[in-house]
Amino acid sequence: MKLLFRLAAKNLIGAGRRTWLNVIVLSISFIVIIWHKGILDGWNIQARIDMINWETGGGQYWQNSYDPYDPFSLTEAHSKIPVSLDSVASDGHMAAILITQGTIYPEGRIQSILIKGINSNQKILKLPASRFDGNNEELPALIGRQMANDNRLKEGDRVTIRWRDIHGTFDATDMKIAGIFDTNVPTVDLGQVWVPLDRLQKMIGAPGEATILVKENIDSGYAAADGWKFKTKEDLLKSITDLIKIKSVGGIVLYIILLSLAMLAIFDTQVLSIFRRQKEIGTYIALGMTRGQVVALFTIEGSLNSVLAGLLAALYGIPFLIFQAKTGISISGAGKEYGLALADRIFPAYSLGLVLTTIILIMITTTIVSYLPSRRIAKMKPTEALRGKLQ
Amino acid sequence: MENSTLISIEALKKHFLTAGGRFTALNGIDLTIGKGEFTGVVGPSGSGKTTLLNIIGSLDSPSEGKAIVLGQSISDLNPKQAAMLRRSRLGFIFQSYNLLPVYTVFENVEFPLLLLQIDEDQRRKMVMDSLEWLGLTDKIKSKPAQLSGGECQRVAIARAMVKRPEIVLADEPTANLDAENSHHILRTMVRLNKELKTTFIFATHDDKVIGYLRRKISLVDGKVAKDEITNN
Repeated sequence: MKLLFRLAAKNLIGAGRRTWLNVIVLSISFIVIIWHKGILDGWNIQARIDMINWETGGGQYWQNSYDPYDPFSLTEAHSKIPVSLDSVASDGHMAAILITQGTIYPEGRIQSILIKGINSNQKILKLPASRFDGNNEELPALIGRQMANDNRLKEGDRVTIRWRDIHGTFDATDMKIAGIFDTNVPTVDLGQVWVPLDRLQKMIGAPGEATILVKENIDSGYAAADGWKFKTKEDLLKSITDLIKIKSVGGIVLYIILLSLAMLAIFDTQVLSIFRRQKEIGTYIALGMTRGQVVALFTIEGSLNSVLAGLLAALYGIPFLIFQAKTGISISGAGKEYGLALADRIFPAYSLGLVLTTIILIMITTTIVSYLPSRRIAKMKPTEALRGKLQ
Repeated sequence: MENSTLISIEALKKHFLTAGGRFTALNGIDLTIGKGEFTGVVGPSGSGKTTLLNIIGSLDSPSEGKAIVLGQSISDLNPKQAAMLRRSRLGFIFQSYNLLPVYTVFENVEFPLLLLQIDEDQRRKMVMDSLEWLGLTDKIKSKPAQLSGGECQRVAIARAMVKRPEIVLADEPTANLDAENSHHILRTMVRLNKELKTTFIFATHDDKVIGYLRRKISLVDGKVAKDEITNN
């Protein structure tokens, strides 16, 4: 086997330009697959971290009536924080959020919103709730950068907000934009107005009540609470996980196209080699190689393309991938349009598993593609091969 | 000629299927070839010379009859056994040299020894000895494309001889060479035959080769028409 590898390497290098063409195409496949998968993995990691930091925390208790996709049930979806969780919430290990529907009137326009009340001293979510402090007269509100841009609001602006209390009575007041925060998570930004929890409880007449309770992000399990259901972090991140899975499937199509191009080049080279090198094949057999050895020699030759491609890819690919991992790729808020947790800049994440899987995948595919045409050799008559006669 | 028989052929027939039906290339050959012979199978094109050499070289098998080469029946060999026979005991020289183009002269000559898994030091010595016999020591780093036809054929002879085979089969070895190179090659083979006692069997219709043969087996239409000992 060692001899076959040695001979195959010699033949491959000896083939010159033909080899290097295949190797270059294959090395590009290596890099693009790793790069593209790295982007998806980087996005996944980044999106999960952002969503945990800004929205899901380590899991959430939902009031039994709460359904984020049914705004009409929101008026009913709140109740007292259960006694079993109250002390946990008071100790700062849980953040209570009260949610109701409302409307704001920026520059005379009507904008439906979700009003969310949160404690100013909470540390579980990254929301800068401490900026509510020191403003007792006006209703302080925090909004996200995208919400501010969409409604042309800036810090210090005052805007009328209207809501209904638990009895269905409309009420309104002016709120002051106490701060604008930057987040990659559109679901805490678009159409959301954050106000102090105690003020919202008072506004709708639901003292001590909340809609959801966000647990801190530690693996500590959860206690059951009557009238509340617990949603694990994975349940809450399911949408982004599913989206990444769908994107990954889309990525597979790209990999298949790239690999097909590279494999086509190798297959073509192998078929041509076997036709062009019939005399050589006959000579190998005449000198005492078995047909199996010659088939193995040609298969190894083809497979070694992937080894050379791996080396070449490492040569120019590692600096490129490191550069991309450091500088990231600008996508300038494209995802926010679709409600995705997408940073302005995505930093690809390359794992050892990703690199090894890609290498193994390409090597196996190359070996199969090299072997298929090489099987013809086993059917060749050495006497005809020696004469270079096409068979 | 020595007595020990290396090749024994009895009632050998070889048929090929062609578009026009069955073609009989060899039609009942009987002959024996002993150790140390310098023999030629001669005859016009299509007389069956190459087919006979291919069967002796275990590259092809008989349709009927027997071909015993170095004690082994060619018909009974499986492909692996045939490969082992060629690898260890037979040498081939071809009309168009059949050198491996990406290998140097040294590597081409070394190739049969690699297949025999001979250790590196001994391999190197055997290759250098072989190249020395053929006067090619100054070309060891050259590739076949850099050599003349005569030099290529000498490399092919060195490759055939390097493992000291018992039989060397040479199919039209001078067909692509000019007269001077042909004589040079043939004199070398005569010398190797005498010094190493290697049996040489040629398939040829070249008078220059025929002039060096000690035994001439003439084939006509797949049959031995004449088998004569010459005065060489």
